[in-house]
Amino acid sequence: MADPQAPSSAATAIAGVEAGLAAQGYIASRQIATAVYLSQAIDKPILVEGPAGVGKTELAKAIAAWRGLKMIRLQCYEGLDEAKALYEWKYAKQLLYTQILKDKLGEVLGGAQTLHAALAQLHDFGDVFFSKEFVEPRPLLQALLEPNGCVLLIDEIDKSDAEFESLLLEILSDFQVTIPELGSIAAAKPPTVILTSNSERNLGDALKRRCLHLHIGFPEQKLEERIVESRVPGISQTLRRQLVAFIHDIRSLDLKKQPSVSETIDWARVLVLLQAAELGHEVVKDTLNVLLKYESDIEVALPQVTTFVAKAQRQHVF
Amino acid sequence: MRENLHRFLRAARGAGVHVSPAESIDAMRAVATVGFADRMVLRDSLLLTLAKSEDEKKALGACFDLFFAHADPTRQEADDEAQQDATQNEAQAAPQSARDGVDQTNAELGPLAQMLLARNTADISAAIANASSAVGLSDIRYFTQRGLFSSRMLEAMGIQRLRDDLDALTESNPAQAERLQGALDGLRDTVRDTVAQALALYGREEAENLRHEILRNAQLSRIEPRQVAAMRALIRQIARRLRERYSKPRKRQRRGHLDVRRTIRRNAAWGSVPFLTAWKRRHRDRPKIVALCDVSGSVARVSDFFLLLIHSLHDVVSDVRSFAFSGHLIEVSEILEQKSAEEAMAEIMDKVGFGSSDYGSSLVDFEKQFMASVTPQTTVIMLGDARSNNLDPRADILKRISERAKRVVWLNPEGRMTWGWGDSEMPRYQTFCNVVRPCATAQQLERAVSDIVSAYQ
Repeated sequence: MADPQAPSSAATAIAGVEAGLAAQGYIASRQIATAVYLSQAIDKPILVEGPAGVGKTELAKAIAAWRGLKMIRLQCYEGLDEAKALYEWKYAKQLLYTQILKDKLGEVLGGAQTLHAALAQLHDFGDVFFSKEFVEPRPLLQALLEPNGCVLLIDEIDKSDAEFESLLLEILSDFQVTIPELGSIAAAKPPTVILTSNSERNLGDALKRRCLHLHIGFPEQKLEERIVESRVPGISQTLRRQLVAFIHDIRSLDLKKQPSVSETIDWARVLVLLQAAELGHEVVKDTLNVLLKYESDIEVALPQVTTFVAKAQRQHVF
Repeated sequence: MRENLHRFLRAARGAGVHVSPAESIDAMRAVATVGFADRMVLRDSLLLTLAKSEDEKKALGACFDLFFAHADPTRQEADDEAQQDATQNEAQAAPQSARDGVDQTNAELGPLAQMLLARNTADISAAIANASSAVGLSDIRYFTQRGLFSSRMLEAMGIQRLRDDLDALTESNPAQAERLQGALDGLRDTVRDTVAQALALYGREEAENLRHEILRNAQLSRIEPRQVAAMRALIRQIARRLRERYSKPRKRQRRGHLDVRRTIRRNAAWGSVPFLTAWKRRHRDRPKIVALCDVSGSVARVSDFFLLLIHSLHDVVSDVRSFAFSGHLIEVSEILEQKSAEEAMAEIMDKVGFGSSDYGSSLVDFEKQFMASVTPQTTVIMLGDARSNNLDPRADILKRISERAKRVVWLNPEGRMTWGWGDSEMPRYQTFCNVVRPCATAQQLERAVSDIVSAYQ
């Protein structure tokens, strides 16, 4: 346990994850990098929780791009069931084949002398129709069948029904599924599983227990500046700082929907498009709708704009 | 190392983080991968594997900081080395003859006295660590055990021998004895700190459980002001538990109605020959509650907590209207929803609270303005002691309410013994209620609300 090599190698590995994700334009905090490293090291899915737009889904994309793996995405919604998430029988094909083989049926059964022998032959025949050829893999099964491994993103798991969670349990702990007619199908190479949740409903303990639990909140000022830097390359340093400082002030207000990282990036892009070199109240007032998505939120924020802009401009001094 | 981690897992449970054996195995595997050297990486890994929510992460982070502030192996080693260097330097600096003298007298003393006189902090902390595992310090649960564990630890370290030494020294070498006494006082402090620390780490959960148990069974109307905040927290916890229990989707099969669409889909694999049937499901009614709370002086506190509970339950009880009355009745749903608990209670009390209760005129108010809110799906909850100051109770209105509603439940903060005595009109109201029960403690409150909500499942 106290392997003297382990500490340094773990720290380098985590730094490696951070650099790898950064190369894909995803600036990860240390916790995120540790989670990604651990999920690989001990083969565990990561359950990512946090407000909308902080980069939960982006994380999965970045991991896939960094490792050069295919990303398979399962978007959850109310009413999502086994047939859409896991597999379905290609019943049309089954029917078609039955029709075509109907003529052959006599030949197949013709050789049988007794009823028992005929039944035995029919039995083999039935198994053919419930074989792999007739299974239509849906995202979860696809992920397990991928020979080189993949990144499986199960997006917004909190939107699905509680029953669906139970369906996931076998996949998350053993990376295998059981199809009653075929038996268990285990992953050729365990996929990296990322589950995201906006905490719309509480997830079951059984699900949580099988995952590393990562919470991504709004990033700290420094980190957010780096994210903007990586995502919006054309932005000047002054504007970047002021913009991030301004958004942090906005987040302190009592809003219906707090602006998240994706809004920060959008706003930065807009400001670059408008060729703003610095934050000014006119520009801010005109573009506040990029940042805030509710009329009532804009009304709350408007009176504060002048103060916040002034405060953000002072930031630049230091 | 492993031992250390086990102790940390126990401490984590103490901090209120739910750690199952499977999770501790995960934590072990994670730690085996990342090692102990990098403190921040270790902290992140434990947080990722053990904590399952934001709150747990906070609690566990605090627990980690507390735990590894003292029990950190690597730092201790570094300290040891520094300490040894220091003692060596000191020893070299001290005149040879004086050291010889000290050594000679010390040879007759017990090991603890020698250790204290040598002021070797590394040895002392090692001895403390040994003593704490010898007496099972991590089993400490209640603050009342502090003294016991301190003295046990000192005993394990050999305080008896030290006392003898001290007596002997006072005769032969008073200066030395004084030094030893000083060192002993220091040791007592350190041991006391160690025990306090252990209590903070391992004892939190038990102590909290005990306090909660007492609080749950305390009379709501007699809660002391300093306990109100704790009681509010408890009520919220109860609400959360009820919510978890009852917020599962309310689906029941309705046999006899075939769900054609699902049946066809389910049987598609057999050429739509319906081997498996699917039946239509019906979502059960969501609870509808109308709560009428007496907030007159005598029962104000209880109704306070009750309103808080009902409103913390919003996920389950989506349709709830609350009314408060003493002399007359007003609707308070909005106040409760929009303001924080403290502000809302203050405002309600301001508007209708603390008067002398008049059930009759309050019921008249309700019938006049809000009778329409009672439907055949509604559970009407009355909360009060039914003491109407000898005014007309207007039980006929309650009868009409009960005819419209699904159920009428009366929760009375007084015990059954007192019903009907003095100005209590309980027996007259009782005839029109489906359920009547005394409700004086948090526990009874929880059971009552649980029953009400479960009737809709």
